[in-house]
Amino acid sequence: MRSLLAALKNGKILVSDGAWGTFLHQRGLPPGECPELWNITHRDDVFAIAKSYIDAGADMILTNSFGGSPLKLEHYGLKNRAEELNEVAAAISRDAAGESHLVLGSIGPTGAVLIVGQVSEQELYDGFFIQAESLKKGGVDAICVETMSAIDEACLAIRAAREATKLEVVCTFTFERTVAGEYRTMMGVSPAEMVHAVKEAGAVVIGTNCGNGFDQMIDIVNEIRKVDRSTPVLVHANAGKPALRDGKTVFPETPEMMAAKVRDLIKSGANIIGGCCGTTPAHIRALANEIKKY
Amino acid sequence: MDDLVEKIGQCVERGKINKTSPYPSDMKGLDGADELTRQALDAAVGPDLILQACNDGMKRIGAKFSRNEVFVPELLMAAKAMKAVMAHLKPFFQSGSVKAKGKFIIGTVAGDLHDIGKNLVAMVVEGNGWEVIDLGVDVKPTKFIEAIKVNPGCAVGLSALLTTTMANMSKTVEEIRAQFPTIKVIVGGAPVTMEAALKMGANGYSPNPQGAVAFLDEVNVPG
Repeated sequence: MRSLLAALKNGKILVSDGAWGTFLHQRGLPPGECPELWNITHRDDVFAIAKSYIDAGADMILTNSFGGSPLKLEHYGLKNRAEELNEVAAAISRDAAGESHLVLGSIGPTGAVLIVGQVSEQELYDGFFIQAESLKKGGVDAICVETMSAIDEACLAIRAAREATKLEVVCTFTFERTVAGEYRTMMGVSPAEMVHAVKEAGAVVIGTNCGNGFDQMIDIVNEIRKVDRSTPVLVHANAGKPALRDGKTVFPETPEMMAAKVRDLIKSGANIIGGCCGTTPAHIRALANEIKKY
Repeated sequence: MDDLVEKIGQCVERGKINKTSPYPSDMKGLDGADELTRQALDAAVGPDLILQACNDGMKRIGAKFSRNEVFVPELLMAAKAMKAVMAHLKPFFQSGSVKAKGKFIIGTVAGDLHDIGKNLVAMVVEGNGWEVIDLGVDVKPTKFIEAIKVNPGCAVGLSALLTTTMANMSKTVEEIRAQFPTIKVIVGGAPVTMEAALKMGANGYSPNPQGAVAFLDEVNVPG
């Protein structure tokens, strides 16, 4: 069993992977189709994405299971295939990573809001439990609960993942800059609030992903480091904020632009660096080349 | 009487649904929007006054949301409290003694299944006195067009969260435009900007629900 914490020993900075969703769309996944179903119907394409990040120099890759909770799969009428889709997602990334690289099983939010009673805590917990258990069966080394915005949902996912798998759990939240220049999730959670809650729930690596390019990620890591100096921090940044050009979505930050900010990101306290929406293997290669120097 | 009406507005703003609702914690055990509206109607307070107080309450919470002083949970709870009031006012709408400002058709565009942002806009717009027709998520252009046909004079709101579905949003605006050149269309969602909105031919863009209300009040579609 490979350990993420062990790989981070002695202050080593690790390289993570880049985008999955936007990459799948680029390879032909039509908007509105279930990305996780591609693990079965387009296994070669999913494998190619996973492998491209390993080849680019990533120390770890995630899995094509972001929307693999039964609750999310229900939108596509695939709720009862949750186990299969997650297990295969993990197996594909394991194949690509081989024995030498880490695989983190991706668990994203369900989109349901607990506070207004759209879903019960038990229902959420049970769904995350099934997802995490299946990801472990498929061969992941750790679970990555990502893109969270609500404390209650994130903590349920972390607990379910811990209890289903006993694996190390990473948890990242997505923050936005407020009018006043602070950072909050859409549910109003600050980086400091996230840190306390997710650690208590059992996450051993914390961090932030999506929504922002590297500049704002540096601010967010600074906020995290104000209240926690020791827990490893993972950052998956977007390639900037997307723009629409000639009917096509374009992400403005090039690999070189992102690589130029690695120094400041490490200085702010990040330990694992990778990409989110709009980043490609070229971005990860540029990051890996830069990170090698540290 | 004024006190009762004002309290209803406060319950909407604070998201206090009814007496048993534990939210917000500082109003635990107090009467909520549900009980107070019943009391007001029993005391022969005009439904239009109650509605006005609710609209004011929604306006206040919407303004706080756009200033990032409150976030999605507070807005969702306010909308739930508003719903509790509306349940009591429904008969007055049906009889025609209270009128909506106009009709607003909203939906998340084809290929996109995200509904939190769209729901927030729908709730706040409804809370501000509009009749909202929510077409749901993954709405094809033809479904928007069908809905516009049966609701002449409405305004339309399109939502998208995914960068990949922004292209579908653009296409939807185009198809609506081709059949209804004068209809007012507003777009929004995480990847959307004012620049992108204008480029796709929309009449307006808003990064938050309150902006959608301001847009609708300005274009003032007849009901």
